[in-house]
Amino acid sequence: MISAVVSLTSLGVVAAYGLSLASKKFHVEVDPRLEVLEGVLPGANCGACGYPGCSGFAAALLAGEAEPTSCAPANDETISKVAEVLGLEVGERVRLVAMRRCGGGLDKAVLQAQYEGIEDCRAAVLVGGGSKACLYSCMGFGTCRSVCPFDAITISDEGLPVIDPEKCTGCNKCVVACPRDILILQPFEHQVHVRCSSKDAGARVKKVCPVGCTACGICEKACPVNAITVQDNLASIDADLCVECGICAANCPQKTITDDLLPRPPVFITEECNGCTICAKVCPYDAISGQAKERHVVDESRCTGCQLCVERCPAHAIKSSGGKELAVA
Amino acid sequence: MKTLILIIISTVFINNFVLARFLGVCPFMGVSKKIETAIGMGMAVIFVMTVASAVTWNIQRFVLIPFDLGYLQTIMFILVIASLVQLVEIFIRKASPALYQALGIFLPLITTNCAVLGMAILSIQKDYNFISAITFALGSGIGFTVALLLMAGIRERLEMADVPKPFTGTAAAYVTAGLLSLAFMGFSGMVK
Repeated sequence: MISAVVSLTSLGVVAAYGLSLASKKFHVEVDPRLEVLEGVLPGANCGACGYPGCSGFAAALLAGEAEPTSCAPANDETISKVAEVLGLEVGERVRLVAMRRCGGGLDKAVLQAQYEGIEDCRAAVLVGGGSKACLYSCMGFGTCRSVCPFDAITISDEGLPVIDPEKCTGCNKCVVACPRDILILQPFEHQVHVRCSSKDAGARVKKVCPVGCTACGICEKACPVNAITVQDNLASIDADLCVECGICAANCPQKTITDDLLPRPPVFITEECNGCTICAKVCPYDAISGQAKERHVVDESRCTGCQLCVERCPAHAIKSSGGKELAVA
Repeated sequence: MKTLILIIISTVFINNFVLARFLGVCPFMGVSKKIETAIGMGMAVIFVMTVASAVTWNIQRFVLIPFDLGYLQTIMFILVIASLVQLVEIFIRKASPALYQALGIFLPLITTNCAVLGMAILSIQKDYNFISAITFALGSGIGFTVALLLMAGIRERLEMADVPKPFTGTAAAYVTAGLLSLAFMGFSGMVK
């Protein structure tokens, strides 16, 4: 017993002493900024930057191979700190969060089978793809939830992942993990979404899901800024063009497009109105009325708060009556 | 002298650690993509094996047997190997940062490379004397390097070859390793 302790300890001490001597003798000078950077970075080791962990990213930053903005989980403060260490200027970056392109929960989607395999989407997709009839549906076994390093995803009672945009850092892990490409990254401010990824023709979609996109094209025509295109039997919204007016969501017959900004507060027209009538013409809901060269009024019962008129008013006389400020400039 | 030469031949070709005993397959697959890194890895393993064998033989002879501590063999040997690997790592980092980068995680993984521990334990089991044990370790290391180099050479050429898509990369590497192992089976039985 004593001999075991003594021999093992002494071997350990000798090895440790030898190593400490060697590390002094063969000491390699590293860039002192490396350590500082490793301290500043989030330390999640999520790999969203494409480098092996935060220390790999720090090394790439110092080598000038990576940009500070490639770090998905970092907030603006962290990035400015990193830039400070590197002596760089950082540009603006768009904060991205994950978005689920499926609205067919267990309460809505048509079921065709009972799946009793491993509770994992990647396993389910190999054996017929879970219980829902739609081949583009979210299977809801929560693979995205289990890969999320930030606990930003929960599975709702309807069996669909719900992404907490506050927690989501846009690290892309769930997007990669989802075997059906249900999840995509979208700008944080973008709140009007096509909750469907089905490329099936309309007739097939109607059979398997009451909230699937049938590619009817109504949203494409309704969009006042031409941000929606229907391609491969699926509508998609260009987040760069979208002004978040929500008209597509209001007109979608399948309720595939959701509008997370609802309810929007109605607008009102100030005294600066010069009666140009542009707003009344622009309004898709005929909520604005008034004679030319007189102050116009908004019918609050009809106004949906889409704020299309706000943008078009040459006198800047239309204001939102409170609530969330929109991205409309 | 004759026994020593036989030990070398035996460990390099007939009882090759990777291709006949199937020890140390992880770095064999992991570092065999380029000949340069394969040589670096091979040299590191040869060094670790030879020094580890010298140290572990003495530990076995002068500590474990006299004090009846045979049950501490594994932990003692791993401690020695781990320290040596650390030493090699510190040295390579200083001497050749490029090789350090290329070896990456496989360098610290020599610690848990079963070929190294296997060599140490086998040479005890075979009851070698000190010189034979070191020769055995040297041969094992050279055998590992030979296997790694052969594999790296083949894989470098495979990169250029027209391999059917499903077999590219790891799949082709495993098939190659299997065939290489089969080829080495031709040596079996030549030396005990």
